[in-house]
Amino acid sequence: MMPKQPGGQRLRLPLEWLGILPFVVFAVLFLILPTMKIVVGAFQTADGSFTFQNLIDLNTDSIRSAYWTSIKLSFVTALLGCAIGFAMAAAVVFGGMPKGVRNPLVTFSGVASNFAGVPLAFAFIATLGPVGLVTVWLRTEFGINLRALGFNLLSFWGLVVTYLFFQIPLMILIIIPALDGLKREWREAAAVLGATGLQYWRMVALPILFPSLLGTFALLFANAFGAVATAFALTGPQLNIVPIKLFAQIRGDVLGNPNLGYALAFGMIVITALANFLYIWLRVRSERWLK
Amino acid sequence: MTRFFAWGTFLLGCLFFALPLIGMTEFSLKMRRGEYSFDAYARVFADQRFWDTFSYSLTLAAATIVVGVVLVVPTAYWVRLKLPQARPVIEFITLLPLVIPAIVIVFGYIRLYNTSSFLPLTGSALGTDILLTMGYTTLALPYMYRSVDTGLRTIDVATLTEAAQSLGAGWITILARIILPNVMVAVLSGAFLTLAIVLGEFTMAALLNRPAFGPFMQLLGANRAYEPPALAVIAFAITWGCMGLMQLVTRLSKHERAKA
Repeated sequence: MMPKQPGGQRLRLPLEWLGILPFVVFAVLFLILPTMKIVVGAFQTADGSFTFQNLIDLNTDSIRSAYWTSIKLSFVTALLGCAIGFAMAAAVVFGGMPKGVRNPLVTFSGVASNFAGVPLAFAFIATLGPVGLVTVWLRTEFGINLRALGFNLLSFWGLVVTYLFFQIPLMILIIIPALDGLKREWREAAAVLGATGLQYWRMVALPILFPSLLGTFALLFANAFGAVATAFALTGPQLNIVPIKLFAQIRGDVLGNPNLGYALAFGMIVITALANFLYIWLRVRSERWLK
Repeated sequence: MTRFFAWGTFLLGCLFFALPLIGMTEFSLKMRRGEYSFDAYARVFADQRFWDTFSYSLTLAAATIVVGVVLVVPTAYWVRLKLPQARPVIEFITLLPLVIPAIVIVFGYIRLYNTSSFLPLTGSALGTDILLTMGYTTLALPYMYRSVDTGLRTIDVATLTEAAQSLGAGWITILARIILPNVMVAVLSGAFLTLAIVLGEFTMAALLNRPAFGPFMQLLGANRAYEPPALAVIAFAITWGCMGLMQLVTRLSKHERAKA
């Protein structure tokens, strides 16, 4: 582009970039440099020389199990969030339900997907905690003791149930536009060719939706992986998942090695970045169909 | 048959969402033995720390919205008008806060802006507040930018700019009196979302040791029984209010446009 421009234009070009200078300065100072600090720190010893030792040191039982629990938690909540959110969205879009149901559901999803963190933990403690509404109700009315059945809100599955409260709405928000993009003609064309409803879903709709579904799964995964507040308010510092471990490390260097903290954070960036790039890539692919 | 399954799925989902909301509301009313009362709420509202932390977070939210608007509106405008080639880069940067977890960003802040660094922001309360505001602006960036950029798409930026310029307006006038009013709805909806995010935020405020609403809620949750669900109800009402206001401004603007 540059060589084609006459001389005067070429001189003006750099000046136009000045217009986004404030934004670039902000992004460098408060987004890129802090992240670089973590990434570089992950490969440095305490005196600043290059090393892989921090990443190797991540391979301890406690840290490995923290990553594994975090990945499992994110995977399970993303999977269940996708499945349940999809079912609810499909019910509203295709289930022949009255029009008045859809808008409230979308509005509520907007609220619920933002209702994460500390208050969400309180809500679930009041509901499924030891003296919570549902726990007590099941015990007094039906004699079902959730605790005796092995359910504990402050455990892995307790976290899963709690995380679903913001994962499902997020899925609904993202997937409803995608479901709207499924054209009526496709269904009719399939029906004309003799496809059953199941065949239509299996051979037409799901393959078209697949990139959006997998992409949203990746987004939900990253969403759960980075969440700190909900888990912290629910279980305090003892649950062994990566964000909580990092939280404790930042507060009081519990690992006894600041650079190991960088490595722990670096691992988080790698995992959420992988999940997000999968999301963005698949989203671009799915948008080809859903115009 | 389909309809039966559709309703079944939908109602089960609603049950899942309703139960915690009912649970927290019911629990928050149970402070007085044997009867429902608003005692827990009275306790929360009588707590000076509630008002202190709440107004602190509200102030930071206002600062975050101002910084966000001043940062995002001119940038999105300029990219649309003069630098379409920079668009992919800017969009990528605005998506980064969704990729990098907030806890990692704040970890970077703590290490980068400590007292012995080139910009010792964490050395003073004011500096830390500025840092926290910038952190919140970062968190809100993806939503704010998307909202404003979508708003700009609906107006003819180039024509408006040329018209303003031929009447003698400078850049500041164009931005403040032509562009901003035209994307006000987008700015407001971004602002309400920012408000909801900042008021409930816990991680950044806790790690930077600032007396914000999020850490206060967590502290109360660790020590009390009935106040936390009352706080949850209040927080839910705030989130709902922010989202409701977001919808309201969008709806009002549609109404106006239809009239015109």
